[in-house]
Amino acid sequence: MSEKVLRILVAKPGLDGHDRGAKIIARALRDAGFEVIYTGLHQTPEMIAETAVQEDVDCVGLSILSGAHMTLFPRVLNLLRTKGAGDVPIFGGGIVPDEDITELKQLGVKEIFTPGASTKQIVEWIRENIQPRA
Amino acid sequence: MSSGDAARKIDSKRIRPMHATISGLEIDECYRAADARGVVGEPGQYPFTRGVYPSMYRGKTWTMRQFAGFGSAADTNARFKYLLAQGGDGLSTAFDMPTLMGYDADHARAEGEVGREGVAVSTIDDMSVLFDGIRLDEVTTSMTVNCSASVLLAMYLVVGERQGCSWEKLGGTIQNDMFKEFIAQKEWICPPEPSLRIVTDMIEFCTREVPRWHPVSISGYHIREAGSTAAQELAFTLADGIGYAQAAVERGLDPDEFGPRLSFFFNVHNDFLEEIAKIRAARRMWARIMRERFGAKTDRACLMRTHAQTSGVSLTAQQPTNNVVRVTVQALAAVLAGVQSLHTNSLDETLALPSQEAVTVALRTQQILAEESGIVNTVDPFGGSYAIEALTDRMEHEAQAYIDRIDAMGGIVRAIELGYPQAEIADAAYSFQQATDGGEYITVGLNGYTMAEDRKLEIMKIDRAIEGEQRARVMAFKAAREPRQVAKLIEGVRSAAVEDRNLMPAVVEAVRGGITVGEISDVYRQVFGVYQDPATI
Repeated sequence: MSEKVLRILVAKPGLDGHDRGAKIIARALRDAGFEVIYTGLHQTPEMIAETAVQEDVDCVGLSILSGAHMTLFPRVLNLLRTKGAGDVPIFGGGIVPDEDITELKQLGVKEIFTPGASTKQIVEWIRENIQPRA
Repeated sequence: MSSGDAARKIDSKRIRPMHATISGLEIDECYRAADARGVVGEPGQYPFTRGVYPSMYRGKTWTMRQFAGFGSAADTNARFKYLLAQGGDGLSTAFDMPTLMGYDADHARAEGEVGREGVAVSTIDDMSVLFDGIRLDEVTTSMTVNCSASVLLAMYLVVGERQGCSWEKLGGTIQNDMFKEFIAQKEWICPPEPSLRIVTDMIEFCTREVPRWHPVSISGYHIREAGSTAAQELAFTLADGIGYAQAAVERGLDPDEFGPRLSFFFNVHNDFLEEIAKIRAARRMWARIMRERFGAKTDRACLMRTHAQTSGVSLTAQQPTNNVVRVTVQALAAVLAGVQSLHTNSLDETLALPSQEAVTVALRTQQILAEESGIVNTVDPFGGSYAIEALTDRMEHEAQAYIDRIDAMGGIVRAIELGYPQAEIADAAYSFQQATDGGEYITVGLNGYTMAEDRKLEIMKIDRAIEGEQRARVMAFKAAREPRQVAKLIEGVRSAAVEDRNLMPAVVEAVRGGITVGEISDVYRQVFGVYQDPATI
C-alpha cells in the first residue's frame, strides 16, 4: 500500500497514569511509518472522540490499565457513532481479562492486545486490518 | 518462537552488549580487588553502604508490608485483617484512581474507576471503615497517595483521634512524592511548584506534630516501572530527594530534624547483582548528600531507610506460575541489599488485582526467606564481594552523572519542566521493548521457552455494583452536612492556600468537619491550577 499513510490516534482515557505502553506503541507505530497522534494522559471519552474526528484519523488505539475499560471503551465507541465516525475502528491494549475482551469485541472493538504483545505483532495487525478511510 | 538462539549470535545491530544487566550495563567477566574501591565501612555507620543498623535482621527482620486495596472500604478492611492474621506486620493502602487524582466517587470523571484498582475513599466515614477494628497505635500504615496525600493524611489523623490514639503514637508513611508523579506515575492535580509547596507543608507539619510519621516516601519504584534503567531509577530518586530536602531547608527546617522523617522506596527488578548494588549505592550516596550538601550532623538524618517492592513489569501473563520464582529472586535481592520493609508481588498481577490465594503465596515467599533461608543471620553477606562492590561503585558513578546534569539544569523542578527525566525514561523503555521484540533480552515464557497454555488462573473480579453503592454513600454523606459549615471549612483551606500558610491545620479541620477528598482537591485546582500532560512520545 503505497498510497495514503494511515493516521492513528493513540489515546489514554480515564484517570490511569500508566503511559509506558501507550508511548511505546505510539513510537513503534511512528517508526513503522504511520502518522501518529498521541493525546497524552487523563482524556475523557468526549475529548478522544473529538480529537479522532478533528484529526480525521483512520483508527483509534486506547490504552487502559486501570480496570475501567468496560466503561471507557464503549463510551468512546458510542461517541464516535454519534459524531458520524462510527466507521473508525477502535483497538486497545492493557490489562483486560479474557471475558471482557469477548464482550468488548461484541460491542465493536476490533482487537485488544494484552501484556506480552510485541510491537511487531501490533504493527502487523494494523497493516492487515486497517485501511485508510474513504 | 524459538528460545534465545537468535539472541546469542553476535550481531552488529545489537542494542545491548552481550553480557549486560537488564539495564544494558556491561558486566565484566570477572571482578578483582582493584575493581572495588568504594568505601565499604561498617553496617550501621556512615555512609551506611552495608546497611543502616549494626545488627540488621538479627535484631528485627524487615517489615512484611503487602500493598492492598480494592472495592469498598469494607472490602479492603477485610483484606487488611486477613493479611495481619497471616503474619503480615504492616499495612499498605492502595487507593483507587479517583481518590489518587482527587475526585470523589460521585464525580463524572470517577465513572468506571471507583474501587477498581484500589480502595475508594472520598469521605472521613470511608476512612473510618477502612481501619475499623485496627488500632492505629499498634500497626504502622503506608498509604500510596500523592497529589491528594494531604487530605488522606488528615483523614488518618482524624481516624486516629476517634480511636483515642494521639498523633505522637501514629507511625507510618505517606508516599506524597510528587516529583516522581510528574516523572513517572503521572497522577497529579497542580503543577510542580505548588505541588512541592504542599509536600513541604506536610514535611514541616509532620516534623512538628506527627513525629513518628514519614511525610514523604521518595520513590524510585514507579520510575523503574515506567521503564527506566537501574541507574536512572537511582539517580532520579536521589535528585527528587535533593529537591525535597532543599525545599525543607529553604523553609527553615533543620536537616537533623526532618532528615530522619524522609523515607525511600525502591524497585527490585530482575537483575540480581545490579539491584543489590543499586540499593547499597543509594544508601551511601544519600548519606553523603545529607551530610555534605545539607550539613546534617547526626547519623539519623543521613541514614536511608527504604521500602522495596518486587517489579510488577517483570511479571508475565504467560505461564504465570513462573512469576513466583521471579518474585523470590527479586525479594532475595531486596533482603540481601538490606531493605527495611518489602512488598512481594502476586503471581496474577499482570492479569488483575491479586486474589487472596496469590497474595498468600507472595507473603509466604517473604516468610520463607526470613525463616528458612538463613540469610537473616549475618549482615550484608555480599559486603566485600569484588563484583558487588565494583557494581555498587559503578551504580554510584552512573547516577552521579545524572545528578550533576540535573544540578546543571537548575534542579529537579526545572528538569521536570524541561521533560528531561521523562524523556530519558521513555527512551530506555523503548529500547528495552526493542531488545525484547528483537530477542536480545529473553523473558521466559514470553519470547523464549514459550508453550501453548490452557490453564487459566482464577482472577479476582471487582463487583461492578460497588461503584453505584459508593456513589450513593458519598452523596448521602454530603447531603447530611450543614452547608454554611461546609462553606466555612472549604474557605479555611482556600485562605491557607492563597495566603501561603501551612495547609495541614486547615485540611485537618476541614476533614474533621466532613469535607471530602474531591472538595479539598477542588480548592487546589482553583488556587494552584491544573497540570497538563506535555504528551510527548
